[in-house]
Amino acid sequence: MKSNVGKLFTTAAIAATISAGAAASTLEDVQAKGFIQCGVSQGVPGFSNADSNGNWSGIDVDACRAAAAAIFGDAQKVKFTPLSAKERFTALQSGEIDVLSRNTTWTYTRDTSLGLDFTTVNFYDGQGFMARKNLGVTSAMDLDGATVCTEQGTTTELNMADFFRKHKLSYVPVVVQKADEALAAYASGRCDVFTTDKSGLAAHRSKLADPSAHIILDETISKEPLGPVVRHGDNQWKDIVTWAMFVQVNAEEMGISSKNVAQIKKETNDPGIKRLLGAEGDMGAQLGLSADWAYNIIAQVGNYGEVFERNVGPSTPVGLPRGINKLWTEGGVMYAPPVR
Amino acid sequence: MSDKTTSSNKSFLNDAGNRALIFQIILLAVVVFVGYYLFSNLQANLANQGISTGFAFLNQPAGFPVLIHLIDYTEADTYGRAFVVALINTIVISLMGIVLATIIGVVMGLARLSNNWLVARLATVYVETLRNIPLLLQMFFWYFAVLATLPIPKNSFIFGGFFLNKRGIYSPNPIVQDGFGMVIAGFVLSIVASIALIVWAKKRQTRTGVWFPAYWTSLGVIFVITFLALVVSGFPIEFDLPQKSRFNVTGGMVLPPEFVAVLVALSTYTGAFIAEIVRAGILSVNWGQTEAARSLGLKDSLTQRLIVLPQALRVIIPPLTSQFLNLAKNSSLGAAIAYPELVAVVMGTTLNQTGQAIENIGLCMLVYGTLSLTISVFMNWYNKKMSLTER
Repeated sequence: MKSNVGKLFTTAAIAATISAGAAASTLEDVQAKGFIQCGVSQGVPGFSNADSNGNWSGIDVDACRAAAAAIFGDAQKVKFTPLSAKERFTALQSGEIDVLSRNTTWTYTRDTSLGLDFTTVNFYDGQGFMARKNLGVTSAMDLDGATVCTEQGTTTELNMADFFRKHKLSYVPVVVQKADEALAAYASGRCDVFTTDKSGLAAHRSKLADPSAHIILDETISKEPLGPVVRHGDNQWKDIVTWAMFVQVNAEEMGISSKNVAQIKKETNDPGIKRLLGAEGDMGAQLGLSADWAYNIIAQVGNYGEVFERNVGPSTPVGLPRGINKLWTEGGVMYAPPVR
Repeated sequence: MSDKTTSSNKSFLNDAGNRALIFQIILLAVVVFVGYYLFSNLQANLANQGISTGFAFLNQPAGFPVLIHLIDYTEADTYGRAFVVALINTIVISLMGIVLATIIGVVMGLARLSNNWLVARLATVYVETLRNIPLLLQMFFWYFAVLATLPIPKNSFIFGGFFLNKRGIYSPNPIVQDGFGMVIAGFVLSIVASIALIVWAKKRQTRTGVWFPAYWTSLGVIFVITFLALVVSGFPIEFDLPQKSRFNVTGGMVLPPEFVAVLVALSTYTGAFIAEIVRAGILSVNWGQTEAARSLGLKDSLTQRLIVLPQALRVIIPPLTSQFLNLAKNSSLGAAIAYPELVAVVMGTTLNQTGQAIENIGLCMLVYGTLSLTISVFMNWYNKKMSLTER
């Protein structure tokens, strides 16, 4: 009897291991259901924000649209799951979403211990502080004794603690569950300062009643490389999400945009561009995609510069300068491996 | 006896007792197997996804701040200590909420039964309004609508050493000086004296029937003796007064708005339910009991305290236990308005920084389970104590 029970348990353990190991590839799952389930933030203008008709737009949204364009040839085949910072990793780990594209900072711990893989960086950011102009604060070093509002479950909480500790400044932390409620607490005067990534500060400032009454302090207290995240262990899926972004950066570098991509595909003699746009070679097949996957990304979503300008550039309400997110050829750090 | 002899004639499996035992064993085996299967599946899946497991993270430095900590805590402390801080915050808000909700509930329950038309109607409006609005909304209301309308720190309301503004209620912080031991000694002495007085009064009343206001007197005794000790030792207390600084009010003791909002929302919301329970309990006591008490010449207040409420308690306590449990569990909603309780600190920040979902959620479930069971055990003990003693 005893040995039988032991056998039963061993069999069960083996069965459990096998069933865990035999998951289908994410690409097959996505193709079978016909859309990408994309985890985004709950409303940060310029990064992911839904309009009154429920249409999502933003840099993070476009990362998923690019992947959809690559897989389906249709950038609209994405469904969005708005997630708070504290929900996001669990949602990805559990398979509720296929890609997490939610201004998430690439850190060592997240990359190594969460069972997740960061694909690439689609926005280089850093944490900053926003305060009311009438406080007369011009530098973060003036913030001794201030009350600081922030969203829960982000690297922001840790960076803020490190900053104040390093400079021996006292502060009162008010850590609110959602970004919008943290902003509301700041707007109501519960806090002197609101802190998050600088891009987020600009986005949130555009939501305040009188944006011009608030100043974003010069100091950048951390590095925040933001980018899409996938589950660990599905290399093909990671490659697709990664290269959907790299294609956009390369396209900008080569001068290919959504406006001229059709014409260039027809007229170009450049073998590199021909390979990229699927006129020659088998670049698509290497990823398990159609030959015109990169063409579809550029035609439907645009190159990286177009994505930036459309969502957060100086002409948008968010109004961010391109800064270090310029191409490496123009003095920035946006650099993609060559497509060959 | 005859049963046994007949059953011995039948086969082993035909015996009801044996069969029951066999079924129990099979059920246990199935439960253990399913549990083992789920656990090993979880382990395999976690290993497969490269997610590290275990509670080792509790010894790692947390690195994040916590707004309200009743024990010393800094960013350099561990996740384990942050967990304890959060646990204390949860217990404190739950216990204070339970006490306040009970007071509110009893008062409002009695008010609904009042003969005064206005009092009864006001109590009805209170109960019906608060019972029918989700608790989370009420927390947002107190936090974002009520407390946020207070002035900014620069324009604080000031009375005495107290400051009131958006950042909280600031009060003078008493700091104990040398010689305070005498005051403590005086306080302990006065309590001993009061207990002796109450015992004596009870004995005398049983013996002679003469009543003595022992409780009020002992309150006076405690106050006078402690005050005398304070005078003799030369007031060994200094106050750290709050004062305005560049951004906030600093110094003193502060009650942050997050705490106030959660406490008010929890106690008024649960109080509305308790009011209904109290009303039902009192209505369940036969009117004849009140009439009998009156005919004995008891005052109305004594009738309520000595005749009606003890009988009503038997009906009140079981549903009251549920309300206490609800309150303790609902304290987790405080996470939404930045009150750093268990869910906010453990399932919010810690989970997000460490990625240890299973461990952190398990920890929270364990705490709420233990908290609820403790409340239940206590209330069941109290229920037994209050139940009808048949002689």
